[in-house]
Amino acid sequence: MKLEYDLVIIGGGPAGLAVALEAKRNAVKDVLLLERDKYLGGILPQCIHNGFGLQYFKEELTGPEYAERFISKLNDNQIDVKTETMVIEITPDKRIIAINRDDGLLYIQAKAVVLAMGCRERTREAIAIPGNRPAGIFTAGTAQRYINIEGYMPGREVVVLGSGDIGMIMARRMTLEGAKVKAVLEIMPFSTGLIRNKVQCLDDFNIPLKFNHTITRIEGGKRVEKVAVAQVDKNLQAIPETEEEISCDTILLSVGLIPENELTGEAGIKLDQVTRGPIVNENRETELEGIFACGNVLHVHDLADFVTEEGEIVGRAVGEYLKRNRKFRSQSIKIVPGDNIAYVVPQHIDFIVPGRKKIKIFMRVKKPVERIRINLLDDKGRVLGSCKKRIVTPGEIVSVYLAEVLLDNKLKNIIISIKRD
Amino acid sequence: MKADVVIIGGGVIGASIARELSRYSLNVILIEKEDDVAMGTSKGNSGIIHAGYNADFRTLKGRLNIKSNPRFDKLCQDLKVRFKRIGSLVVGFTQKDFRKLKELKENGEKNGIKNLEIIRGPKLFELEPNLNLQAKYALYAPSAGIISPYKFTIALADNAVINGVKVLLETEAKNIRIKEKQVCGVVTNRGLVETRLIINAAGLYADEIAKTAGDSFKINPLKGEYQLFDKQWGSLVNHILFPIPTKLSKGILVAPTVHGNLLIGPNSCRVKEKDDLSTSKAGIKEVHTGTRKLIPHLPHQDLISSFAGLRADIEGRDDFVIEASKKIRGFINVAGIESPGLSSAPAIAEMVCSILKEVVKEISPQLELNHKDDFIKILPEQPKFADYLDKKGEWQEIVEKDADYGEIICRCEKVSKGEVLGAIYQPVPARSLDAIKRRTRAGMGRCQGGFCSPRVLKILSEELKISPLRINKKGPGSEVLKTKTKDMIKETGVKFKNEARV
Repeated sequence: MKLEYDLVIIGGGPAGLAVALEAKRNAVKDVLLLERDKYLGGILPQCIHNGFGLQYFKEELTGPEYAERFISKLNDNQIDVKTETMVIEITPDKRIIAINRDDGLLYIQAKAVVLAMGCRERTREAIAIPGNRPAGIFTAGTAQRYINIEGYMPGREVVVLGSGDIGMIMARRMTLEGAKVKAVLEIMPFSTGLIRNKVQCLDDFNIPLKFNHTITRIEGGKRVEKVAVAQVDKNLQAIPETEEEISCDTILLSVGLIPENELTGEAGIKLDQVTRGPIVNENRETELEGIFACGNVLHVHDLADFVTEEGEIVGRAVGEYLKRNRKFRSQSIKIVPGDNIAYVVPQHIDFIVPGRKKIKIFMRVKKPVERIRINLLDDKGRVLGSCKKRIVTPGEIVSVYLAEVLLDNKLKNIIISIKRD
Repeated sequence: MKADVVIIGGGVIGASIARELSRYSLNVILIEKEDDVAMGTSKGNSGIIHAGYNADFRTLKGRLNIKSNPRFDKLCQDLKVRFKRIGSLVVGFTQKDFRKLKELKENGEKNGIKNLEIIRGPKLFELEPNLNLQAKYALYAPSAGIISPYKFTIALADNAVINGVKVLLETEAKNIRIKEKQVCGVVTNRGLVETRLIINAAGLYADEIAKTAGDSFKINPLKGEYQLFDKQWGSLVNHILFPIPTKLSKGILVAPTVHGNLLIGPNSCRVKEKDDLSTSKAGIKEVHTGTRKLIPHLPHQDLISSFAGLRADIEGRDDFVIEASKKIRGFINVAGIESPGLSSAPAIAEMVCSILKEVVKEISPQLELNHKDDFIKILPEQPKFADYLDKKGEWQEIVEKDADYGEIICRCEKVSKGEVLGAIYQPVPARSLDAIKRRTRAGMGRCQGGFCSPRVLKILSEELKISPLRINKKGPGSEVLKTKTKDMIKETGVKFKNEARV
């Protein structure tokens, strides 16, 4: 097989698919897409619910349909695909070592690499819930795979911990399959998922959502028998007097996603402590030139549509990179999160791009706030971009446009600030 | 069913004895009530091979530990089990601690350990750069080592099986049959095994087994909680770090594991139930507080697992009980094997073997205890991809011979399908997700099986030719899946009255 490529993309989910097609549109010749599963699409094929594509295609699709829109175009675009191939190492000089059944170990040299490995779910262990360790504890995504891909129900009486999107979607899915979802517990006073999911997945099915609640203990010998549940105080500590027991045979965990950056770290690429993804510039290029990252490996997105959008940014950027058609700013501009901003992507701006009018800056807040204005300020407090919001929550990414024309050569930092409107 | 010897219990002690007895032309059966070996104390402990300075030489604990320690290198090489002699440091902060360290050193030297050394000053921090800056002294014992206790146990049992021992899993001893003060059989949930020789290595339950044979002692479970951190933190410490020991325990330690994780624990807490493996908020806190005295900064964000283990603490005695019953013939108790039990296992097995020889002379003189000529002491290598990351060319050859080794099932620990199949077909076979995990590490990593468990479940179902609904996590009753999709809704008959916005 061919072992030299202009572009190698690691991960065939929505990010990788978008990069592949957009790179082709930007005259990148040889593209290889590596995927560890049997099929492309990443997590989309198991997301059989609808709600995909509203932003990108302006129509409502299921996960598999959304994925298929991209997958079906790969062949016509002469994009090489290798499924069931696990990448085990990326070197700073863009050599990729992968393994599969047919070839054994593959050593592939790329001119550009895109990291699109997605994320993994936080586990019971990551949040250290005390108690026993019986069967019946699943992350919501693993339960989703069992039901929607393997065709088996992993539980009858379910308690869901965490009101992340997958948790709420699985609460509905299991209800539709005849399971009894006894409660969805959320330690925060607000839902960490999309509002539309709370309405359509929980409210419509009378599934109780308990804010400020968590699981304090898991009980059961061989299989989960019950959980102890308690209300938490302001410091998120369980209040013992409020503890009650809920009998159940299954616990689903939807307690957060972690970008899957082991390969990235081992390649020596610096990670952002908050996003746990690589630090990137506006091209989503990491600190190693020619190695890019997009999708959930970079930071966890709310919607697949936004992942696609980011993949396309990278597809274009790879084209520019391979054409050696880029002009660096004399100085990189760092974007600094201010009060109540958890993180920002991109973390810096490196290029001068003729004709570019604005740059979209993505961020997440730490705490929900209402009726605010988000400003992008320079060192002197001058507004470089601004956006008014009725409400912002940690569950939804906010984006603000930065006006290119206002970026002068000496600019070092841009500070993000939130103001009551 | 008949056997010359029945060993009750498939922990590290039962497995060590089984392997030792498999050197002889004897018909040996090991029975284990769980679905795998190493399911009790041997699964949840620190995995330390102690140097042997703690216990008094006049005790079995002291003697057997010292005798066993030097053997681990060769034994583990033969059994293809990872063992690292990384050395231990008992850390002291005060003058009083210093005196205690001197006492330990003197005791160790009496026991015959030659290379003990008290370290102080900057050298301490050269050895352990992340150690609490308040630390002043440490007793350095280079001969201490780390091992995976369950992998060691499984390998011992595998080796015993290769040499003719029968291991019967999910087989619980219910009663000992006795005739004229002589053992004549074990009644199990699967029927009677006739035998004139029984070795009671039932760990936490050794008292209950002994009671059915008329011996009385009491085993109290003593729980210890642990936490395990991601592989990137294994190098936070270079040695096994202990605090100053108390009468009750060697204290809460910090150590790397043989697989590069960081392990902290255990605390020590009396519990009522012998199956109480629950972790608690208070216990975890105690472990953290204890650990911080040695290593002030713990990587809490990279915690991957919390678990508990139970020590088999024998009441009213501070030593192992390894002796033939005085009440009935043909019954040998190996009980109260708490720390340093793992470290002493090889010598315990030998001691049991010589007791057995005496008993045999008395009760079955016709039974000849001869060494077999064809004893196989070496286990074949089971290739593991994670071990070949630096020699990928060799792995390529393995994949070319068998493509299953090219299919990665567990991404975190880099485990191939070939390895999972190897675990299913090894002498003591894996039948559950956890048994696969212990043998291959699939599911042991940072995602804790989120990615690989559906895949491992499928492989188990295909290979064992049983429905996925019957595949369990840790023995019968812990099945992972409930029904096929569409079957549950048929059973419950739930109808959705108003069309929901789905």
